[in-house]
Amino acid sequence: MRQKLVIIGAGMASGRVIEHLIEAAPDAFDITLFNAEPRGNYNRIMLSPVLSGEKTYEEIITHDGAWYAENGVTCRFGEKVVAIDRQMKVVEGENGHVPYDKLIFGTGSNPFMIPLPGHDLDGVIAYRDLEDTERMMQMGEGRRVVVIGGGLLGLEAAAGMAARGADVTVVHIMGHLMERQLDEAAGYLLKKSLESKGITIRLQANSKEILGENGKVKALLLEDGTELPCDLLVMAVGIRPNVALAQEAGLAVGKGIHVDDQLCTSDANIFAVGECVEHQGAIFGLVAPLYDQAKVLALTLLGEEAGFVQKSLSTKLKVTGCDLFSAGDFADGEGREDIVFRDPSRGVYKRLVIQEDRLIGAVMYGDTADGSWFFGLIKDGTDISEMRETLIFGPAYQGGDHADPLSAVAALPPEAEICGCNGICKSTITDAIANGATDLGAIRATTKASASCGTCTGLVEQLLQVSLGDDFVMPTAQPICGCCDLTHEDVRRLIKSQELKSQEAVWQELGWKTRNGCHVCRPAVNFYLLADWPLEYQDDPQSRFVNERKHANIQKDGTFSVVPRMWGGITNPTELRAIADAADKYNVPTVKVTGGQRIDLLGVKGEDLPYIWADLNKAGLVSGHAYSKGLRTVKTCVGTDHCRFGTQDSTGLGIKLEQMLWGSWTPHKVKLAVSGCPRNCAEATCKDVGVICVDSGYQVGVAGAAGMDVKETERLADVATEQEAIDLTVAFIQLYRENAKYLDRPYKWVAKVGLDWVKERVVDDLDERARLIAAFELSQSIYRKDPWAEHAQQAGRYQPLADLTLEAAE
Amino acid sequence: MSWIDIGHIDDIPLRGARKLKTALGCIAVFRTDHDEVFAALDRCPHKGGPLSEGIVHGASVTCPLHNWVFDLNTGQAKDENAQIATYPVRIEGSRILIDGAGIAARSAA
Ligand code: SRM
Ligand SMILES: Cc1cc2nc3c(=O)[nH]c(=O)nc-3n(C[C@H](O)[C@H](O)[C@H](O)COP(=O)(O)OP(=O)(O)OC[C@H]3O[C@@H](n4cnc5c(N)ncnc54)[C@H](O)[C@@H]3O)c2cc1C
Ligand code: SF4
Ligand code: FES
Repeated sequence: MRQKLVIIGAGMASGRVIEHLIEAAPDAFDITLFNAEPRGNYNRIMLSPVLSGEKTYEEIITHDGAWYAENGVTCRFGEKVVAIDRQMKVVEGENGHVPYDKLIFGTGSNPFMIPLPGHDLDGVIAYRDLEDTERMMQMGEGRRVVVIGGGLLGLEAAAGMAARGADVTVVHIMGHLMERQLDEAAGYLLKKSLESKGITIRLQANSKEILGENGKVKALLLEDGTELPCDLLVMAVGIRPNVALAQEAGLAVGKGIHVDDQLCTSDANIFAVGECVEHQGAIFGLVAPLYDQAKVLALTLLGEEAGFVQKSLSTKLKVTGCDLFSAGDFADGEGREDIVFRDPSRGVYKRLVIQEDRLIGAVMYGDTADGSWFFGLIKDGTDISEMRETLIFGPAYQGGDHADPLSAVAALPPEAEICGCNGICKSTITDAIANGATDLGAIRATTKASASCGTCTGLVEQLLQVSLGDDFVMPTAQPICGCCDLTHEDVRRLIKSQELKSQEAVWQELGWKTRNGCHVCRPAVNFYLLADWPLEYQDDPQSRFVNERKHANIQKDGTFSVVPRMWGGITNPTELRAIADAADKYNVPTVKVTGGQRIDLLGVKGEDLPYIWADLNKAGLVSGHAYSKGLRTVKTCVGTDHCRFGTQDSTGLGIKLEQMLWGSWTPHKVKLAVSGCPRNCAEATCKDVGVICVDSGYQVGVAGAAGMDVKETERLADVATEQEAIDLTVAFIQLYRENAKYLDRPYKWVAKVGLDWVKERVVDDLDERARLIAAFELSQSIYRKDPWAEHAQQAGRYQPLADLTLEAAE
Repeated sequence: MSWIDIGHIDDIPLRGARKLKTALGCIAVFRTDHDEVFAALDRCPHKGGPLSEGIVHGASVTCPLHNWVFDLNTGQAKDENAQIATYPVRIEGSRILIDGAGIAARSAA
């Protein structure tokens, strides 16, 4: 006969128990599931992505009504269990009794509310369930929120509401955020990145009173007298196991419901699982141990042998852009030793704590890719003495079955060029090493290699390591992605020096660990190859992000946008008519003037793209490359043609530049502007290249930015003629194409190599300038053409492969 | 099984994909560098991104909207608790065949 199993609480822990039971023995139990929340099991930890808008509630439901029905689970959702009669073995719900043979407590925990004056005002909430989340989701632009608690939950709540535009302040009592999981350094970096999201953080702040008005929260008053006005106050200061019901039923209860290794309470027919339990003095607040408990409990109920063991835990924060990882024990202590790595420029911090040749703790911020590997070492208690030197660089540096990151360098012929700036080949460097140069400084002093732009530093260091072995401790460098061990800069140099001219050559010669890269490295490698070998290498659309493959920007609903070029922002009635006609003909829902002085047709269906392009082509309109890592726009002002202040033909120069540069692929997008005088109506001083016309000629500025970062251009040179302005621009862009890391805008690249290094080549060295211009022209002989015209000829590729709607319906 | 001819292998670019319209909605048909073919629902479980527009690498595809990566053999997402429905397809000579029964059966379920 089936046993009657009653479960109190449809939480993450009990949900797992039910899954295991139904999987192993679907007919063993008649299950009745009570839940105080008016819904079944959902993935509570994903409430944060729901809050921030990255997921919907529907996406985080783990079991829906159909699933319970299919598996014969009787659901009593929205009904609280109010009492238990252990003699009669009956559970009393708000709407009636249910008898049980076996009973499970999965009541989770209650958020702790600090009993400050005013804590019961309307608008003071915790962060635990969907209701709380929905309350917070109403906080958008113009709303003010205070979050008390700088732990995992408080910060996820804060970041979620900040993402919705709310003005959020986090009040934390300790000296750094997430003090239980992070050390001070990581806490500092976390604070910095949250602040950059617009969140205000007040540390060592003591809350005194919650102020209200007409029963509604109005502000939080701190001990120091500061008043923080707010429309909503979220308390996220901790949880307490939910034990009241168990206590009333007379079960043994401490901080949580006491359970043994089989999750059995002091009553042999009653079990407990999840955050409501206390096991060997410990209580739990993360899902990993709850899942272990669930497995053990299911086995126990099915009469199999199993026991729950506590393991060490790891933590991540689910806030986009804040990558942190912590595991194990990382407090300072006797006999403990730290290995620390910092890269301030990238905001990366890693710390490992070692005791008796074992890793016992790890904290990482900014780059957490190796987190699970470190966590494995901690859990397994692996002896790390053999890899101590390179441990912090992660698994890629531990040899074993990984490819040797040095083999590519070791295999280079002696005459291979390592340092492009100074024309230094491998043998010059190895000779210098043989003659006693044992570090980077010495190599730079004796050979000049890596002493200029520095992008070959990685290769020089690897040569040092190949030659000196263990005598040289390799500083870490970030590989492009998990597919290889080389940095972007190394790959660029090796493509040039080893004359690698195909993707396959790169995978093979540089020891890629995957078949053909991934979405991170393949677009980069595709660009490097086409930039270095414009004639030999053919651009590969399949290695491009959809926008560049389809020559249109994909929208969130899968449609596309179409932006034709308007040279220098100039258009005419014929073009405008063609755009209007196209908008009519293809039912374009939105026509918008862009920030780049042209017109965007948004919401075009993928199948229609070739046809709308063909129509626009007829009026002389070509692709505006609004989707490419390439030349975007050249904004101009009206200049001498019309403006009373104009000094030169800014519109004319803008058009010439655009016609020169369009179609070229670059490491990231490139935007230009030309203003007719220093009033700068074309906003030229925040562009990748910006020209300001003055009476005496042209001021050419480079490396400006106005996107994620805002930065004024730096002066490359002042020149007298229009031709020189064009030449400098082209040479600068070609130098950028040849050297920059994929997805670095010019300002980032110039910050790495230095403006002086750029000036030496583009301004001072006339031969090099001429070479750069010629190299650009060569590349443009292939790429200066309209991709729309080409693709309009292949309209078939934009249609479905086949239409089976009829067949499948039969 | 009822195999339906849906096109020539070269109709799909190497390391690429095309959409197939069915009563279920669009199905993405992928071709890897080794000329294997795979079919899966053309809707990313994350926010509905069209997987047929993603970058195909090895036997995986990366969603074009937010870079979730799916193993085409199993439909399982890497590092995410999510899965895409996959459908039987095979190559005969140079023709691509999809199991019509598979599609119909699932659409009825
Ligand atoms: C259409 C337009 C907004 C508008 O309606 O005005 C636009 C739309 C997009 N911008 Fe922009 N940007 C537009 C002008 C700008 C400007 C202003 C400008 O160009 O003068 C900027 C700041 C200047 C700059 O780039 O430095 C700008 C800074 C960005 C950034 C941040 C770049 C950065 O390096 O910080 C991104 C993200 C990226 O490229 O990685 C971006 C990305 C995007 C994308 C492509 C997002 C995407 O990947 O899907 C948007 C495509 C929308 C679509 O679906 O069509 N957009 N974007 C503008 C098109 C101009 C054009 O005619 O081509
Ligand atoms: C916003 C948020 C983010 C989180 N993020 C993470 C994370 O990233 N990683 C991680 O590991 N953990 C995270 N956690 C913690 C994790 O969600 C919990 O550890 C887990 O949900 C606890 O599971 P449980 O089954 O014990 O309890 P719960 O999931 O809380 O379920 C208990 C259920 O029992 C019901 N109940 C209680 N009393 C009764 C009664 N008398 N009658 C009927 N029903 C009752 C409650 O309504 C509730 O639905 C997060 C928690 C929150 C709130
Ligand atoms: S930048 Fe100078 S020339 Fe150009 S429109 Fe403005 S005021 Fe006139
Ligand atoms: S829709 Fe696919 S990753 Fe977001």
